[in-house]
Amino acid sequence: MSNDANMHGHAGVITHHEVHYDEHHVHHHKETFITKYVFSQDHKTIGKQFLITGIIWAIIGGLFSVLFRLQLGFPEQTFPILETFFGKWAKGGVIQPEFYYALVTIHGTVLVFFVLTAGLSGTFANLLIPLQIGARDMASPFLNMLSYWFFFIASVIMFSSLFVHTGPASGGWTSYPPLSALHQAGQGSKIGMDLWLVSMAMFIVSSLLGGLNYIATILNMRTKGMSMTRMPLTMWAILFTAILGVLSFPVLLSGAILLLFDRNLGTSFYLSDIYVAGQILPNEGGSAILFQHLFWFFGHPEVYIILLPAMGMVSEILSVNSRKPIFGYMAMVGSLFAICILAFLVWAHHMFVTGLNPFLGAFFVLLTLLIAVPSAIKVFNWLTTLWRGNIRFTPATLFAIGFVSLFISGGLTGLFLGNSTIDIHLHDTKFVVAHFHIVMGVASMFGMFAGIYQWFPKMFGRFLNHTLGYIHFWVTMVGAYLIFWPMHYEGLAGVPRRYLDLRDWHSFNKFDDLNKMITVVSIIVFAVQLMFVFNFFYSIFKGRKVRTQNPWGSNTLEWTTPINPGHGNWPGEIPEVHRWAYDYAKDGREFIPQAEPVGANESKDH
Amino acid sequence: MQTTFIILILLLGFLITFQIAKASEYVAVMRGEEKSRKQNNRINGFLLLVFLILGLIGVYYNNEKLGGKILQFGSAASDHGHDVDNMMKITLIITGIVFVITQFILFFFAYKYQESDKRKAYYYPHNNKLEVLWTAVPAIVLTVMVGFGLFYWFRITGEAPENAMQVEVTGSQFKWEFRYPGKDKVIGKKFYRAIDEGANNPLGQLWEDSTNKDDIYVPPGDPMHLVVNKPVKLIINSKDVIHDVGLAHFRLKMDAVPGTPTTMWFTPIKTTMQMMQETGDPDFVYEISCDQLCGQGHFGMRGRIIVESQEEFDLWMAKQKPKFYLAHPALDPDAPKKDSTDNKLAAATPQLRQ
Repeated sequence: MSNDANMHGHAGVITHHEVHYDEHHVHHHKETFITKYVFSQDHKTIGKQFLITGIIWAIIGGLFSVLFRLQLGFPEQTFPILETFFGKWAKGGVIQPEFYYALVTIHGTVLVFFVLTAGLSGTFANLLIPLQIGARDMASPFLNMLSYWFFFIASVIMFSSLFVHTGPASGGWTSYPPLSALHQAGQGSKIGMDLWLVSMAMFIVSSLLGGLNYIATILNMRTKGMSMTRMPLTMWAILFTAILGVLSFPVLLSGAILLLFDRNLGTSFYLSDIYVAGQILPNEGGSAILFQHLFWFFGHPEVYIILLPAMGMVSEILSVNSRKPIFGYMAMVGSLFAICILAFLVWAHHMFVTGLNPFLGAFFVLLTLLIAVPSAIKVFNWLTTLWRGNIRFTPATLFAIGFVSLFISGGLTGLFLGNSTIDIHLHDTKFVVAHFHIVMGVASMFGMFAGIYQWFPKMFGRFLNHTLGYIHFWVTMVGAYLIFWPMHYEGLAGVPRRYLDLRDWHSFNKFDDLNKMITVVSIIVFAVQLMFVFNFFYSIFKGRKVRTQNPWGSNTLEWTTPINPGHGNWPGEIPEVHRWAYDYAKDGREFIPQAEPVGANESKDH
Repeated sequence: MQTTFIILILLLGFLITFQIAKASEYVAVMRGEEKSRKQNNRINGFLLLVFLILGLIGVYYNNEKLGGKILQFGSAASDHGHDVDNMMKITLIITGIVFVITQFILFFFAYKYQESDKRKAYYYPHNNKLEVLWTAVPAIVLTVMVGFGLFYWFRITGEAPENAMQVEVTGSQFKWEFRYPGKDKVIGKKFYRAIDEGANNPLGQLWEDSTNKDDIYVPPGDPMHLVVNKPVKLIINSKDVIHDVGLAHFRLKMDAVPGTPTTMWFTPIKTTMQMMQETGDPDFVYEISCDQLCGQGHFGMRGRIIVESQEEFDLWMAKQKPKFYLAHPALDPDAPKKDSTDNKLAAATPQLRQ
């Protein structure tokens, strides 16, 4: 592929955009409130919409976890306040099992999909892609807008499911049939489950529209000189994330549609030989395990859809704030690629104990543990990036360092679970809960926080309050380990996940104090997240103003735009790129922005 | 009341924190932002070191507190459990070493290379030798782990020995039922459409299959009996949704899937009595936990297993009556004959013809 030809093509596109832009700005600017803030086609506004919607969902999802932690920590106590708010679901101030499972299910669904997929990719892909590759906007701003509004519809449907009289879905965020397929199997398998599935379908549409747009934009709309290997790692990570999403979400959609058919049209895709609630069902010949294959063929890539953007942002933030190039740029890209490929080849490690053919299982063990190799490369490269740096501990840097720490801890426990021999014992215990919360949940949250602290100035032209940021980091970091580290021990004692009361179990009834401690810590951590949310909204309006164009001394293109960029990002021409994104500390200079031409005497290291 | 109090305290704490945070911003402006930024940098760099040290102490303390409560490696009550324990030991040693080294490097580097006017960052974009090294070493270590893992995996999931006894396990919301093959050592056929709890046929046994006639049924709530040092093959079914036979002490687990029977075999190596002595717990009991979310009663779906000697087992078995006779009391040779026998036989025949 000839690079020059490519560049030429870009120039054409860019000119077109410029004309469009000038028309808009030089003459008058007829943007109403609706087009500017609601049905906006500006990628920056759409990113903010994703972020704020994600934050609202994170509060709901987090609050739900506090509620079910109350039950886990204090099963013998009553909380009359819960009955005031939730009525029959917390009769006598005790969380009812059906309510507990609904809370767990919605907590998982919301955090995985609405916060860590839409809130993370949606926010930063939209915000950063055009800014970092040097484009006026996305390839299709209209599809981009639709992507947000489909997410909004999905949110509304999911939210409404909380208020139906039989309650929301309660079969876990994986919603395995037959439990999720049979209305008779429980309250949460009634209308709440249908709403869950429809909401998911809308969400998938949103992800696909977004993902296709991200890929098209990154591949086609890079500014002059921005070859693929000059892109910041955030862009690579988002590109691979989008590819994973585009290839895997349709599989979930098919799984969800078949499940809707089984629920409402009498088909037997997942159902066979069932006697439930005293009733013999006519369905024969389906396979309950089929759904798990479809779900996890999507579900495992989903883990990386959540993790990769965080990895990309962490790489960028660590490099900028260490004032040092990221170590092993090509290895970082290569390992992202390897993770992206392997993500599609490991799904059955979630199914070692379903009766899967052991011979087949062996391949999944091999491929699963293989992921540890690119993961190890990434960790070592991050560590080397810190080595002999000159590190500035902004809240973003701290969250990035926290991410690496959590990624190591959670990644290593993955070596237990990915090995089928150990998985037979630890599968579906608290060990799993601890593992994936650390490596995927909290780590990705940390990546997201790092991103918010780093790019908040670009989003709103103001800084977040850093003192609150430091408190936010330290409480969350200590809290995350206090909550999830000891939880591994519960798993090693065999305590199954999704048990709301261990008192009747002779083998498991020995973690009272631990569960109380975890609950108390999780309430504190949740309170501190609310403080962050307050900081976020307060700082949008009252935060310290950004006064310099490039507050972090960063090389990437987003910091060449005005402090409050309008639609179109650059008032004049889009800058041309002359170098990779990581010329920090080169030739005795602290940093050399990408847009700066290569000097005559510059050393040629990259 | 208490809840309101807690919420009030949290609110108050938040207000104070916010005021301090706000004030610190003004102070920073007055003292010079650069200066206060550098001070923050030193504080956070120091805290990272503190976190490393306290964190590692915390890991140790946590292990002291909770290490005794887990299922100890090497204490598994089945042969396969020992394989699992061994694999866990190997993995724990390897990951433990990596954990300590990498976390140490991470926080130590962060502390050591914090911003200083005296230092200039070092331009170090890549080093192929290093990168090959830390691709190759993890790959080799992982090969070892995969090797051991698969060796044990195939041993655990391989064919059950010929002499293994069979027990059928059936899960349903939210209970476990067991079935033994009886004297003929063959578990009779069943079909879900034949389930009729009113007619004493909760599993849907097909009575026209003669191998069903001596099958022993263990109702929900009663324990499964197993013989120590005798391999057992569990044939696992579900009537409604997916359940999972979780045997923590044996370190084993297998899903119960409606429509698709699964199997799992192992050899219990410690009787319940032995476990009572070993754990010093006179109430010790092997528990079956449902490990796959199956509805609102999931957390209470508990079964029990008694592992005993062959003699004790035989004694127990001798007391059991085949389900066939419970479903057809008229055909029971032990039952006291009554004159209405013929009628009852007639009532039973339609089922026999199915």
